[in-house]
Amino acid sequence: MQELLAQYQSVAAPEVIKWVNVGKAIDFPENGGACIKYKNKQIAVFNFTRESHWYACQNLCPHKLEMVLSRGMIGDKEGIPKVACPMHKKTFSLKDGNNLNGEDYKIAVYPVKIESENVYIGFID
Amino acid sequence: MRKIVVVGNGMVGYKFCEKLMASPDRENFQVQVFGEEPSPAYDRVHLSEYFSEKGKNELLLAPRSWYEDNGIELRTSSLISEINTEKKEVVTYKGEKVSYEYLVIATGSSAFVPPIKGSEKTGVFVYRTTEDLDAIKTYAKKLQKKYKSKATVLGGGLLGLEAANAAKELGLETSVVEFAPRLMPRQLDEAGSNTLIGKIESLGIKILTNKATSKISGEEEIDALTFSDGSRHETDMLIISAGIRPRDELAKSSGLKTGERGGIFVNNKMETSAKDVYAIGEAALYNNAIYGLVAPGYNMAEVAVSQICGGDKTMAAHIDMSTQLKLIGTDVASFGDPFIENEEISAITYENKQSGIYKRINVSRDGKKLLGGILVGDASDYQNLFQIYINGMKLPENPEDLILGSRGGENTAMGSVTDLPDTAQICSCEAISKGDICKPLESGECCSMDDVVTKTKASTGCGGCKPMVTDLFNATMKSLGKEVKEVICEHFDFNRQEIFDLVKINKVQDFDEALNLFGKGHGCEKCKPVLASIFASITMETANKQVTIQDSNDKFLANIQRNGTYSIVPRIPGGEITPDKLMTIGAVAKKFDLYTKITGGQRIDLFGAELHQLPEIWKELIDAGFESGHAYGKSLRTVKSCVGSTWCRFGMHESVSFAIQIEERYRGLRSPHKLKGGVSGCIRECAEARGKDFGIIAVESGWNLYVCGNGGATPKHAILLAEGLDDETTIKYLDRFLMYYIRTAAPLMRTAPWLEKLDGGIEHLKKVVIEDSLGIAEDLEKEMQGLITNYECEWKQAIEDPEMMKRFKHFVNSDEGDDNISYVPLRDQKMPRAWT
Ligand code: SRM
Ligand SMILES: Cc1cc2nc3c(=O)[nH]c(=O)nc-3n(C[C@H](O)[C@H](O)[C@H](O)COP(=O)(O)OP(=O)(O)OC[C@H]3O[C@@H](n4cnc5c(N)ncnc54)[C@H](O)[C@@H]3O)c2cc1C
Ligand code: SF4
Ligand code: FES
Repeated sequence: MQELLAQYQSVAAPEVIKWVNVGKAIDFPENGGACIKYKNKQIAVFNFTRESHWYACQNLCPHKLEMVLSRGMIGDKEGIPKVACPMHKKTFSLKDGNNLNGEDYKIAVYPVKIESENVYIGFID
Repeated sequence: MRKIVVVGNGMVGYKFCEKLMASPDRENFQVQVFGEEPSPAYDRVHLSEYFSEKGKNELLLAPRSWYEDNGIELRTSSLISEINTEKKEVVTYKGEKVSYEYLVIATGSSAFVPPIKGSEKTGVFVYRTTEDLDAIKTYAKKLQKKYKSKATVLGGGLLGLEAANAAKELGLETSVVEFAPRLMPRQLDEAGSNTLIGKIESLGIKILTNKATSKISGEEEIDALTFSDGSRHETDMLIISAGIRPRDELAKSSGLKTGERGGIFVNNKMETSAKDVYAIGEAALYNNAIYGLVAPGYNMAEVAVSQICGGDKTMAAHIDMSTQLKLIGTDVASFGDPFIENEEISAITYENKQSGIYKRINVSRDGKKLLGGILVGDASDYQNLFQIYINGMKLPENPEDLILGSRGGENTAMGSVTDLPDTAQICSCEAISKGDICKPLESGECCSMDDVVTKTKASTGCGGCKPMVTDLFNATMKSLGKEVKEVICEHFDFNRQEIFDLVKINKVQDFDEALNLFGKGHGCEKCKPVLASIFASITMETANKQVTIQDSNDKFLANIQRNGTYSIVPRIPGGEITPDKLMTIGAVAKKFDLYTKITGGQRIDLFGAELHQLPEIWKELIDAGFESGHAYGKSLRTVKSCVGSTWCRFGMHESVSFAIQIEERYRGLRSPHKLKGGVSGCIRECAEARGKDFGIIAVESGWNLYVCGNGGATPKHAILLAEGLDDETTIKYLDRFLMYYIRTAAPLMRTAPWLEKLDGGIEHLKKVVIEDSLGIAEDLEKEMQGLITNYECEWKQAIEDPEMMKRFKHFVNSDEGDDNISYVPLRDQKMPRAWT
């Protein structure tokens, strides 16, 4: 189980080695999320239309280790964009992956860019 | 900088650090903490929740980073094995020497294991740390694989009963063995214990009292207990909970004065016999006693901080030992002196064997003072009684009103929270008084309930005082002329009813529009589902229209399960189903390898469907004539029915036909919380209609209509609204009742708590529904009719529209499913692998 978690490490935009095309922008719901596969990773991608911004994070919820975060609801806490896990509603910042309920969980976040209507996610592997 | 070393990072050791950090003298000290356990201090009081929902992280009193941020050096997995009070240093188990200027010993206690032969056998546990619980859980799993399931708890005290409940929750067949003739012998009298035994046995836990265990038998693994009367009790596992022993070994071997029966001797400043060495918590022997509760320990921590910082706080001479048991399904509390009996005292008792309630209060002969008491089966008055006791408040003219409620008048015997003196202790875990809560509100330093909790920490311990803190908050705000507004969340400054009206009057179309018009920010998991429900209740729009604001289950029109798969519940109105349809369900379940179970709501649940399989499965069900059962929505679930006069020899009317008619009338109706109904063919009530939000029972003259009942966490029987109705009037009243509820209830508030909050209660509701006292009956009926006419099966809608179907793919960029899902076999079916 720990191995599963260890696969996911945050990537900052300047570190990106490879931008991966993960689909067309219109295939992602507005103000919602969907999941993509890259190698053996599952990544949740959010089209935060209200903020005109895209976010990506691991699909794995660190609480019970289920692949569900892309199915969660997004929103903000005092301006910080966040996702709420659909299982037990723990919430995570989409900016830095920190848990917003004051718990010790953290998720990995990835940079996203949109080019000619395609969605790209930045990886270092 | 002066250096403080703390030995023990348990609840009290942590509290010491917390209080020191909050002290203005904090800057003068350097703090180093040694804890034997691998994790930082956690909430032992809620240890049992570690089994159910909470992980280790959630139990932590503060994350490791808190210690870092506060400049405290915390070393876990570090036992201190020696203290040299001359040189003022401690020695770690590795032999490393650490010097101190002040030493605080907070080593707590360990579970007492009585000297019974065989207690070293495999399968014998104690119940104190998360490691103990891990070991118990692992062993229970091992047993279950071998089809063994008997667990026994030795000791029927507070902790023993909690351990028993936890064992039961693990799926074990559980018994409790108590040496004394009664349960919780330190808190309950005989009658109280008898009532409690009845309650606990009804939870499925067996109780054996008057049993002294003389031997634990078994080859390597335990297989039975033998009692001193010669009888034998078979068991596969034993959890010993026979009391605690203070961990004074370190202090003792280092020459500190300890008590004859254990415990580190301290005075009222928490000073031990050695200079600059303090002891606090369950390890400390104060007033010749060890206090096995966290509140006195927290008090000691505060005193020690004050003393070390040069203050003058001391421990009170009398320590209160009032307690409330946290067992689910049983209410037990005892306060003050529960037992006293002499000429000066009159004990007033109330016992109701049928409902399992026993109450006792001990009142001084002159009727002026409350000295203690016991509550079993219903402890809702505990906080009030405790306040009267601890503050020595005046009793009502007839003290029996305290446990019977005043009969006749409208007022309760308790008076109101505002009558309490400012010094009244409200939260005993954190030692927070009424003044501590009210003053920051009065000064404007705190404005919300959250502010109060963050500032004072009130109700963050055992949580028992939460209702009273809320009452105090509300009363104070009211007295300040501030409206206590229940708002939905940070994005909307309105309550549900206000938003309902705003959306309706302004004909708002979607969430974004609502947010732009009346809210701020981008919404969240609280306001989105509330608005989704409001839109549905006004226009009957299905969850397919605004997918991303739907709650977890509605979003995919199915209930998300433990492993991220979904369950499927087709509607089976009134529980009636043809053999053909039954075969379709069987065939579908077989084809997709779904776990199949009859639900508590008279229908069939198919579990284990992956996201991408949902549309295929529903297509087959819809082709066979099924429709969505809305088991995932805050909406009408089932209208349960008994077979009624169709077949039953006692039936007065056709309950099945009526139940089907009603279920089909309100199917898909979204509401503040879920809605359930029932129709019984006679007063034998086989459909349990009075346990539902609306219940209809056939009588000679027609139908009796009951409203606002539920099962679930706080069961309530529905209350009679009208009698002897014909079909048409029943439905008319139901339309009005349901629509009135949908318009006015708070989010996630079922009909019973809604009625409880409704000004004027059932009498008011009767007036609105039957006499149309508000003049809105016609509107309510019209609105309901509009919703009924617009009903559409949302699953049918979804599978017919390719755009809506997009959301049922696990990956946008691949057709594969989630490879993280795995199952284990279970009785010829399957279940998800366990969570780790
Ligand atoms: C499947 C079923 C258990 C079973 O195997 O029998 C069930 C399963 C769940 N119940 Fe239930 N309840 C089921 C009958 C009941 C009953 C019995 C009944 O309806 O007669 C009750 C008590 C009656 C009542 O509601 O008053 C019941 C009281 C609850 C409650 C407590 C409600 C309360 O007011 O206290 C919850 C929690 C909630 O809704 O917030 C709940 C919540 C749940 C949820 C939906 C939790 C969740 O959100 O995931 C469970 C989902 C499992 C799933 O995904 O399918 N379930 N649940 C039953 C489905 C009935 C159906 O056909 O739709
Ligand atoms: C299941 C359970 C339920 C409970 N429920 C309630 C309740 O409802 N209400 C209530 O008031 N109380 C309850 N309690 C009691 C409450 O948990 C204790 O009163 C409280 O934990 C005492 O705190 P403490 O810091 O003194 O001891 P502990 O929390 O036991 O902490 C002592 C720590 O010191 C460590 N230690 C010991 N010796 C050394 C050493 N030489 N070197 C380094 N570290 C050492 C121990 O490993 C331990 O981590 C419950 C207890 C249990 C087990
Ligand atoms: S089915 Fe109902 S009672 Fe059973 S575990 Fe789930 S929510 Fe609890
Ligand atoms: S699995 Fe995500 S919050 Fe529990």
